[in-house]
Amino acid sequence: MLEALEGSQAIARAVALCRPDVVAAYPITPQTHIVENLSRLVAEGDMHTEFVSVESEFSAASVVLGAAAAGVRAYTATASQGVLLMAEVLFNIAGMRIPLVMTVANRAVSAPLSIWNDHSDSMAVRDSGWIQLHCADNQEAVDTTIQAFRIAQETELPVMVCMDGFVLTHTMEPIALPEQKEVDNWLPPFEFSRRLDPDDPKSLGTLVAPDFFAEVRHSHHGAMLKALDVIAAVDRDWEGLTGRACGGLLEVSGPAEAKIGILAMGSTLGTIAMGMEHRGPDVASARLIKLRAFRPFPAEALRAACDGLDHLIVIDRAISPGLGGVVGTEVAAVLADVPGAPRIHNHAMGLGGRDIPETVYTDLVAAIADPDAPAFSIFDADLQKLAPEDR
Amino acid sequence: MSVANERGERLSELRQKYGREPLPPRAEGTADTPREAQPKFRGLDSGHRACQGCGEALAARLVMESAGPDVMIANATGCLEVFTTPWPQSAWRVPWVHSLFENAAAVASGMEAAMKAKGRNTKVLAFGGDGGTYDIGFQALSGMLERYHNILYVCYDNEAYMNTGIQRSSSTPHSATTTTSPAGKERMGKRHLKKDLLSIIAAHHIPYSASASVAFPADLQRKVRYAMGIDGPTFLVVHSPCPLGWRHASALTIEVARRAVECGLFPLVEVERGAVTNVMPIRNVRPVTDYLELQGRFAHLMKGGDARAEEERAHLQALADYNIGVFGLKGEGEDPVDTGGIAAVGRSGRPAGRV
Ligand SMILES: Cc1ncc(C[n+]2csc(CCOP(=O)(O)OP(=O)(O)O)c2C)c(N)n1
Ligand code: SF4
Repeated sequence: MLEALEGSQAIARAVALCRPDVVAAYPITPQTHIVENLSRLVAEGDMHTEFVSVESEFSAASVVLGAAAAGVRAYTATASQGVLLMAEVLFNIAGMRIPLVMTVANRAVSAPLSIWNDHSDSMAVRDSGWIQLHCADNQEAVDTTIQAFRIAQETELPVMVCMDGFVLTHTMEPIALPEQKEVDNWLPPFEFSRRLDPDDPKSLGTLVAPDFFAEVRHSHHGAMLKALDVIAAVDRDWEGLTGRACGGLLEVSGPAEAKIGILAMGSTLGTIAMGMEHRGPDVASARLIKLRAFRPFPAEALRAACDGLDHLIVIDRAISPGLGGVVGTEVAAVLADVPGAPRIHNHAMGLGGRDIPETVYTDLVAAIADPDAPAFSIFDADLQKLAPEDR
Repeated sequence: MSVANERGERLSELRQKYGREPLPPRAEGTADTPREAQPKFRGLDSGHRACQGCGEALAARLVMESAGPDVMIANATGCLEVFTTPWPQSAWRVPWVHSLFENAAAVASGMEAAMKAKGRNTKVLAFGGDGGTYDIGFQALSGMLERYHNILYVCYDNEAYMNTGIQRSSSTPHSATTTTSPAGKERMGKRHLKKDLLSIIAAHHIPYSASASVAFPADLQRKVRYAMGIDGPTFLVVHSPCPLGWRHASALTIEVARRAVECGLFPLVEVERGAVTNVMPIRNVRPVTDYLELQGRFAHLMKGGDARAEEERAHLQALADYNIGVFGLKGEGEDPVDTGGIAAVGRSGRPAGRV
C-alpha cells in the first residue's frame, strides 16, 4: 500500500519497523523531522525503544556506540555540523567495528553557514571506515534504511545512509512501507559477536601498539571490501521480499549504445534523468550511472559500467578545495589503468543547496565539446558575482 | 506549614520523582561485620602497567572490589585505560570499553540504555581522570546526570593530565607546577583555582555524590557500595596521588593522600540531592605545609625567604581553612569516627566500616 509521506516521516517509520532498542539523536536541520517523528512514535507508544535525548551529537554517537557495544540494535541520525562534531566518535565506532545505523540528511558544512543540501558532511568522514550508501529518492531511502540494519549486522560494520537534505527529507512522495511482520521475518534479531557481556567479559577499544595496528587496519579494509558482496546480496534479497531494489552497488540506466556517461550520487540523478528525457532533438542521450555504495567503493562494477563510453561526466556535490571533486578523483583513479577508458569531466554543482535545473543535462553534454574545459569546475558558479581577481 | 517548608518539600518530591523508587535506606546495623563485607571479587586484576605507588590504580582496584562482578565499564582515555589494556592483554575481568577521552559518560549512557532495553540489572560504571571529567568530558557527564541514567561515575582525580605527561587541568590545585604551569621568574605554578566540581555535580539534583580518598579505603568502599545501591546517577571523585606527576616517593602515596584530607585541602564529603549530608571530620588539623612539603610540584612554595612563596602558602592555607569552615570539618577531640579513626567516618551515626 502506498502512503503519501514526507521523507523524514518515512525514515522514522522505517526505523521503527526495525525495532532499534536504543535511539539517540540531537536535532539539526534538515535531520530534525526524523528525530521529531521518532519522538512522536515513542510518545504514542507506536515504537518501543530507549530514546536518549542527548545534549550533543558527540554524545548521540557515543550513546549508540555504547548501546551497540552492549549488544543491542542502535540508531542515530544527523547532518552537517552534527556529522563533524561526531567525527571523532565515527572513526572510533568504525575502528572498533561496531554495527549500527545512522542517517545523514546531507547538508553543506559551515562556513559560510548554509542549512541547504550538498555532500560536504558525509564526504568529510569518507575515510572513517563506515559503509556509506546514497539514496536517489525517498523509497530508496526507506528501503536502504531497513537494509542497512541487516548489512551492519552481517558485516559488523557501521552503515551511514545518506539522503539529500530537504530535497528528500522534506519532500512528500508516495511510499510503500513494508508490514511489521515482513520486516520481523527479514531482519534477524540483533547479534554482535564481541558485545560487552558480564558472562563473558571482554575489553573493547584497548591500546594497540605499532606491532598490531597495521593488522587492525588491514582487517578493517578487508571487511569493507567483503561488504561489497553483502550490500549487493542484501539488496537482491530485499527485492525478493518487496519487489523493489535500490540498485545494489551502482545502477546503470539509459541507452546501452550511449557514448557519454553521467555518474552521480543521491537525488541529483533524478534531475539528470528528467533533463535527458526533456532534451532537445540534437542533444545526445547518455548512460546514467547511479553510484549507491560510495564506501566501500565498487571499483569492479564501475569499470564494467563504463565499458564502451568515450566520455564520463562525474557530478560531485562537494569539493576538496585545492584538488577538485572527490567522486571524480576516485572514479579517475579506478579507471586509470583501463584501456580505452572514457575521458572524465568532473563538475561540482548544487553546492550549499544551489538548485540544479533539468537543463543542466544539456549544458553538461554541450560542455564535453569544449576542448579547453578544465578537468574540474564548479559548474554552476556564477563568476560575475565575484571580484575579477577571484574569477 | 511555612511557605519555605512547603517549597522545600515540593522540591524534594520533585527531585525524588522521575518514576524511580525512593532512595534505599542505609543498611545500618546489619549482621555483617566489616570483615564479612570485604571484597570477594577482583574486577581489576594485578599485572597491569601502572607506575609504582600509582594512586589511581589503587583507587580503581578498591572501587572494583566494592562494585562486584555484575558491572560493565566505560573508561575514558587516560592513564587507567592505557596501563590496564595494552593489547593483547587486559587487567579487567568485567566487560570494559574504552572509546574516547571526552565521552565516557555518554558511552555509559548508551550501555545503560541497552541494559534497560534488555531488562538486565548489570550496573554501568564510567571512569575518567580529572581531565576526562572536570574538563573535556564535562559536557557529556552533565548530560548523563541530567538524563538520570543509572550510572556510577568515578573520577580518579590525580589533579593533572598524567597520561600525556603532567599538564595542568582545571583540577590542578592553585600554584602546583605541571609542564604547562611551570614555576619561573614570572609565575608560581598554576595561577587559577582547583574547580569545585562536587558543587557543580550536586547542582544536577542527583541522588548521591561524594569525594573520597585512597588514604581512607574503607570509607571509599562504603561510598561505592552505597552508590551501587542507588537506581540513578551517582558520582564519586577519588583523590588519587600520582607519584610521577606530584613528584613524591612511590612509598608515600597514602601518606600524601592522607595529609591532603587532614589539612582540609581535599575535604571528604557526601552530598545527597543537593544537600551535604555527611563529612569526614578532621581530628588534628594539620597546616597545609605538612602536605605541600612532601611533593616536588609544590617545591617552589617551600623556599625560605621567598615572599611570593610565602604568599602562595598563605593562599593555600586560606583555601584549606575555607573548606574546614564551609563543611564543618573540625573534629572533636576523641571522636572515634574521624580521620584519626583511620577508615572510620561519619557524623550521622553510621557505624564505621559498614555499608
Ligand atoms: C580529544 C583528545 N584530546 C587530547 C587527547 C590526549 N590525551 C589523552 S589522555 C590525556 C590526559 C588524561 O588526563 P586525565 O583525564 O586527568 O587522566 P590521567 O591520565 O591523569 O589519569 C590527554 C590530554 C586525547 N586522547 N583526545
Ligand atoms: S603517571 Fe601517575 S597516574 Fe599515571 S600510572 Fe603513573 S602514577 Fe599512575
